[in-house]
Amino acid sequence: MSSPISSKQNFTKESLEKQFRLSEFLAEKIISSVAFLSIAIIFLIFIFVFKESLPIFSLGKESAKVEMQQSVSASGDQPESYGGVETEDLQPESYGGVETEDLQPESYGGVETEDLQPETYGGVEKEDLQPESYGGVEKEDLQPESYGGVEKEDLQPETYGDVQAEPLVENNDSAEDTAKEKKSNSIWDTLLTPDWVPVSENPRFGLLSLLIGTLKVTIISMLIAGPIAILAALYTSCFASKRTKEIIKPIIEMLAAFPSVVIGFFALMVMATFFQDIFGYDSRLNAFVGGVAMALAAIPIIYTISEDALSSIPKTYTEASLALGANKWQTAFYVVLPAATPGIFAALLLGVGRVFGETMIALMATGNAALMSANPFESVRTFAATIGAEMAETVFGETHYSVLFFIGSLLFIFSFGLNALAEFYVKGKLIKKFQGK
Amino acid sequence: METTTTEMNSSLLSTQNKSSDLKGKLIVGATQLAVYTIIAVLFVILGIIIYEGREKFSWEFISSFPTNGMTEGGIFPALIGTFIMVIVMSLAAVPFGTITAIYLTEYASESSKFAAAVRFSVRTLAVVPSIIFGLFGLGFFIQFVGTGFDTAFNGGELRWGQPNILWASLTMSFLTLPVIIVSVEEALKTIPRELREASLALGATKWQTIKNVVLPGSVSGIMTGTILAVSRGAGEVAPILFTGAAYYLATLPGSLSDQFMNLGYHIYIMATQSSDVEKTMPIQFATTLVLLILTLSLNVIAVVIRSRIRRKAK
Amino acid sequence: MKDIKIQVNDLSLYYGEKKALKEISMQVPANKVTALIGPSGCGKSTFLRCINRMNDLIPSVSITGQMLVEGVDIYDKNVDVVNIRKKIGMVFQKSNPFPKSIYENVIYGSRINGITDKRELDEIVETSLRQAAIWDELKDRLGDSALGLSGGQQQRLCIARTLAVNPDIILMDEPASALDPISTSKIEELVHELKEKYTILIVTHNMQQAARVSDHTAFFYMGELIEMGKTDAIFTKPAKKQTEDYITGRFG
Repeated sequence: MSSPISSKQNFTKESLEKQFRLSEFLAEKIISSVAFLSIAIIFLIFIFVFKESLPIFSLGKESAKVEMQQSVSASGDQPESYGGVETEDLQPESYGGVETEDLQPESYGGVETEDLQPETYGGVEKEDLQPESYGGVEKEDLQPESYGGVEKEDLQPETYGDVQAEPLVENNDSAEDTAKEKKSNSIWDTLLTPDWVPVSENPRFGLLSLLIGTLKVTIISMLIAGPIAILAALYTSCFASKRTKEIIKPIIEMLAAFPSVVIGFFALMVMATFFQDIFGYDSRLNAFVGGVAMALAAIPIIYTISEDALSSIPKTYTEASLALGANKWQTAFYVVLPAATPGIFAALLLGVGRVFGETMIALMATGNAALMSANPFESVRTFAATIGAEMAETVFGETHYSVLFFIGSLLFIFSFGLNALAEFYVKGKLIKKFQGK
Repeated sequence: METTTTEMNSSLLSTQNKSSDLKGKLIVGATQLAVYTIIAVLFVILGIIIYEGREKFSWEFISSFPTNGMTEGGIFPALIGTFIMVIVMSLAAVPFGTITAIYLTEYASESSKFAAAVRFSVRTLAVVPSIIFGLFGLGFFIQFVGTGFDTAFNGGELRWGQPNILWASLTMSFLTLPVIIVSVEEALKTIPRELREASLALGATKWQTIKNVVLPGSVSGIMTGTILAVSRGAGEVAPILFTGAAYYLATLPGSLSDQFMNLGYHIYIMATQSSDVEKTMPIQFATTLVLLILTLSLNVIAVVIRSRIRRKAK
Repeated sequence: MKDIKIQVNDLSLYYGEKKALKEISMQVPANKVTALIGPSGCGKSTFLRCINRMNDLIPSVSITGQMLVEGVDIYDKNVDVVNIRKKIGMVFQKSNPFPKSIYENVIYGSRINGITDKRELDEIVETSLRQAAIWDELKDRLGDSALGLSGGQQQRLCIARTLAVNPDIILMDEPASALDPISTSKIEELVHELKEKYTILIVTHNMQQAARVSDHTAFFYMGELIEMGKTDAIFTKPAKKQTEDYITGRFG
């Protein structure tokens, strides 16, 4: 029965031997390495944002050293030269009104932001000036300037006294150490104060008021966006007919396509006046206006994720409930909603992340005054808006620049953490829920 | 399950009365109200912007330069700047995103830790605040890559170590990467397993199968992703605040190392720093209208293509 | 031994922990049609997919035992799976033409093998389509999309596509299950002609079909090979009770 064809040996070890295919190999390697890049980006973002903020960790030491050197060279005259001929030349011109630091917060609060902003952004002028003046002076030289101004404050003079005393014990190592310590302490001390006065003779980088501002806006917007988005998601997934659902869903998701600058603009131009007419508060732009505007940005996120979570509840759950005589809303409320809690929780977390880091809306609608106040109708300044507003005016390597990057690192860590929490918490919960406890 | 259903049973029986009907109506009504509130707000915003912007909105407005200290004239350079930016952005983000999506659907095995890390990174990228991308662009592209390049090849002359359209576009491409990855991944998943098997059974290798069968089948998905990314990129302002957007330029950008004007940034500047906010109000609304038309129409196109892909997959 | 094409020794397949094929041993004769029958879920399709290593695509699958094709163990770690598949073609249950033209579908395998000469490709298309007995129907519309063909034509196009790669063994996984009776009989005729040149294994749940087209029949049940022999023998006087039950329609 052997035919001519099968007598020919088709399958031999040689003909079937494993081949090395270069294109195949390259394709796989290239594709995997490109995929790796997205992991790398996360690291790069963290590294490069954090890297620029590093100087604030070492600034204390450096400036102390420089002072030491300077005091060695110029000995006793030091404090006077600090008070800075240069400073006097520089500061009054570029920072004009800022000298009256104590006044600033008030003027922020009282005056409308539109009127204010040109001042704040007088940065255009500033930018022209700064590079020249700062360019010549080293950043360590700047530090002492600010230092000089501290005299007014109650606490600082002690530190100042130490430094003054330095020349006397200049060769003493332990003295240098204590000086360093005092210095670096003072920088960290200022981060935890309420005063955010980055541009002045005596810059202070207190993050507390920014934190309060950010939290205030976040809470207001989540109080609005959370319930509305979840209720809307519940309606879409449980009560709406299939056709209504197909119309509602894309429309609400269309809200996500509104650029935040458009929402910010709308809040600034329309909503601010509208709410002022209703509530009659003083500052037109405030935490409430910003919060409502940000709610508009957060709603589509919370809505989409919650809706997904609600729709992914197995049909058997709802059918079991309906079969027992429960009606639609009972099923939705007592069966579907509890089962989807982890997903909805994740949706809220991501909503918080969105609002917390939202920049344009905050810049345009919150008033941008760093005030410590619980009043929702006062102007606030958020972390993200601070970066957005001030970064363009800082100079590379300046403390202000580093502090802004430090705020950026905090924001990054926070959003990274929120996402990780949302992801792992929800996954863990869901697995428990649907695969038995 | 057994116990919970019986508990449910009794609780439901006891609540079967009129007050429960009322409660139900209230609940359903509340959810309905939420939906209509969102939709109403959406249309109010749209309506007001159209109404206020219609006066200035014209071909002339789109095609002419701003004049008289940006208090008059059009938005041509901002529009062109936005276009150039999204094109450069897409050139970087689309291949990158497509390849990552190919990795995730074709190469990554279900249990792979690496693939899980890639997925997590992509989702993290999607939630990182946009301002962080701006900081990253400044710290990485401008201070590190650009300045490094200038020192190494330009003899220290400042050319790339400052904000420009290239760095802004690349920064934006990082931001829009997840949008593309998610869309392409979804499209790749709709390619039937049978087609992959047919190709492999004919002796095609994995890469040949991807190149000849999988990729051609997901072109529309790649398009959706690109359009969505462009829509997103055109509207984002925070990442370009300090990586390349300019307040005002008298000429169009001539090279990638130039700064550029941008629609969203233009709106922001005009609304907060204009010398005469009242007078330029119509211009601001018209600019916002242009940006909104741009992003919304792109989004609608993407949604239509996407729903077609989904229907085909069924 | 020359007319034994495939020799299977104690082949077992696991999906994770679950054993889906249990110590299968069989011999498949060359240039014959061997039918694999059995109730659904019995492992016959899984077994078929072992022969060209399509199961490699499923990550959880592990295989033990030997699968010798002309004496070469295709599960040997030095064996190239791509080369195996070039020599062992497969036709699937659901016709799966590529969303390309008829012409492009047929030459897909050739293009992959680097053939670019137009005349050579034209020739491959004609011979393959003729072999698949569909040339006359399609010769005037080679540029049309393959998706516009009827189900039966699509399936024969898929067979032509497989033939174009010039395989030695053809595996058919219920190739006619989704087709109307006329298309089915065309496919059966085709199978009959193709065995001249190829060794064919065909999975079917249609016993009449197995009886009509095959020379040998293997009966699978619950992942085990119950019985294998000449088709006449299996259908007239099966040796095992389970085979008889299945054939007489008592289950499955």
